[in-house]
Amino acid sequence: MGRYVARRLLLTIPVMLGASILIFSVVYALPGDPIRALAGDRPVSPAVVQVLTERFHLDDPLWMQYWEYLKGLFQGDLGTDFRGRPVLDTIERTLPVTIRLTIVAVIFEIVIGLTAGVLAGIRRNSYFDNLVLVSTTVVVAIPILVLAFLAQLLFGLKLGWFPIAGTREGWYGYVLPGLVLASGSLAYVARLTRTSIAENLRADYVRTAKAKGLPPRRIIVQHTLRNSLIPVVTFIGADIGALLGGAIVTETVFNLPGIGREVFDAIRAQEGAVVVGIVTLMVFFFIFFNLVVDVLYAVLDPRIRYD
Amino acid sequence: MTQFQTDPAPSRATTGATLLEVEDLHVEFRQRSGVVSAVNGISYSLAEGETLAILGESGSGKSVSAQAIMGILDVPPAVVSGAIRFEGRDMLAMSAEDQRQVRGPGISMIFQDALSSLNPVYSVGWQIGEMFRVHQGASRKEAKRKAVELMDRVRIPAAAKRVDDYPHQFSGGMRQRVMIAMAIALDPRILIADEPTTALDVTVQAQVMDLLKDLQRETGMGLILITHDLGVVNEVADNVAVMYAGRIVERGTVDDVFTDAGHPYTEGLMNSVPQVEAKGGRLQPIVGQPPNLAAIPSGCPFHPRCARRRLGAEAAPGRECSIDVPPLRLVASGREAACHYSEEVLGVRAV
Repeated sequence: MGRYVARRLLLTIPVMLGASILIFSVVYALPGDPIRALAGDRPVSPAVVQVLTERFHLDDPLWMQYWEYLKGLFQGDLGTDFRGRPVLDTIERTLPVTIRLTIVAVIFEIVIGLTAGVLAGIRRNSYFDNLVLVSTTVVVAIPILVLAFLAQLLFGLKLGWFPIAGTREGWYGYVLPGLVLASGSLAYVARLTRTSIAENLRADYVRTAKAKGLPPRRIIVQHTLRNSLIPVVTFIGADIGALLGGAIVTETVFNLPGIGREVFDAIRAQEGAVVVGIVTLMVFFFIFFNLVVDVLYAVLDPRIRYD
Repeated sequence: MTQFQTDPAPSRATTGATLLEVEDLHVEFRQRSGVVSAVNGISYSLAEGETLAILGESGSGKSVSAQAIMGILDVPPAVVSGAIRFEGRDMLAMSAEDQRQVRGPGISMIFQDALSSLNPVYSVGWQIGEMFRVHQGASRKEAKRKAVELMDRVRIPAAAKRVDDYPHQFSGGMRQRVMIAMAIALDPRILIADEPTTALDVTVQAQVMDLLKDLQRETGMGLILITHDLGVVNEVADNVAVMYAGRIVERGTVDDVFTDAGHPYTEGLMNSVPQVEAKGGRLQPIVGQPPNLAAIPSGCPFHPRCARRRLGAEAAPGRECSIDVPPLRLVASGREAACHYSEEVLGVRAV
């Protein structure tokens, strides 16, 4: 197992290099002039343009620009944006917001999604089961933008339970955006758990557990849940990787300065260094959490061994 | 134990106290498409140390009746009626909790496919030890020690080393031994073995059957062996009940039934087995298909496939095969068969 994890971690290096090259070329290929974009409507003197162009190597060919970037990267320098702020500082400022949002969202997924799925799976075709089926279908069908505004209107404005925007109220401010962000995955977790439980309840080893004279509670908890949770854990793990990539819509609607919104702004401003830095980080999160899922999978299911 | 003998049925080859009495057991599955009658009024009893084989093809109700006895038939919803008396107490009248406590120490069961019947995510030692932890409140350490003992007892080599292995790390025969170890953990009075060797190759089959017989000799438990394998029945069982369409159609000692069948269906089964003496000859299959349990034929359920059926003018009054249901009746000493014309079947030597 240790060797497998080490090999997988080593493999992330070429993947991240490849990803950064790809992102670099796409940013390079964007039409328009970033210096003009920076200046907006004001006139810029040719001297300023020239200085900036040289400082950011904007006239160099792609491979040379990339080489400069890599050289910086190995010294722990992710470059600076056009205003001279280090990209690392930007990440340090925005990432905690996204991490908090992800944590809240995942808690919702686990607490609400898993509980609803387990109960619906155990009592299939019951009133509660139908309620879960209908409500998850509705949630999945509504675009997240609409859900976000609805949540702000209902829980923020009408009921006044939660702040509707910003991070000034600490963790409390993350409840509403976390719930909105989690809604789709939450519905998916509920359905996945339900199906998985219902399937496992028919398994031969559950029949054996009954024949062993085990109490009903133990049959569910020990002999059905653990087996049923394998696909769910896999999904939630991969979802954490995706959520850490930032949620542009949620972060924008709720005015949370996370990395999703930051990268969106950076793309519009053609801030190459910022886009490359953040997107490469997103790729890393995604790869890393996929690795975590693979390891967890082996822990949960002894039939999986990687050596 | 012979002083407890209350039911000296003539068919009994072994003696001992009666452990289990099944009386007029019915099992129905209510489905959207209609009612499926899987078991239609079967009765039998089992004594200490007795091996009763329940023989039948797929869909004859043999597994369903066994699961009804265990009380583990809840998916899909089944309607069970009749009486199942274990040591005199009717299991069907017991509370769910009392019934649960009979499973394990009273009656226990092993299944056909040990790989899917063992939980893949727990070690075999954990699964065997669970019997002691749940039923006797044993500690983890104690349960594990007892699990190793049991694995030794069912002759799993290097039991102490393998106790923490998972089911998929064992061979088919060893997995079935693990199932057996789990089933006999609490010294049950009755062991129901539902096709225990069907998934195994022939040499391993013999080893597993030998093991079951040895364990039975040691503990005196009653063994209900559900199978469609005539060879296994012949080797290990004392008595046999042949099932067809959810009914018992013939019952007697294995020696009697195998030498001279009293029901055309049993006769057909015997004729469909390859025999060394009849080398080169053609096997005689039973024509037709087993009946659909949602629409069992009227009269004798076997009559559409029966070569000896009598219809219309051929039939004796009140004994028309397509109309009158033949009761299971005594047809010779220690022999019961459910056929109007059983006497004509008896005495005809198998081909």
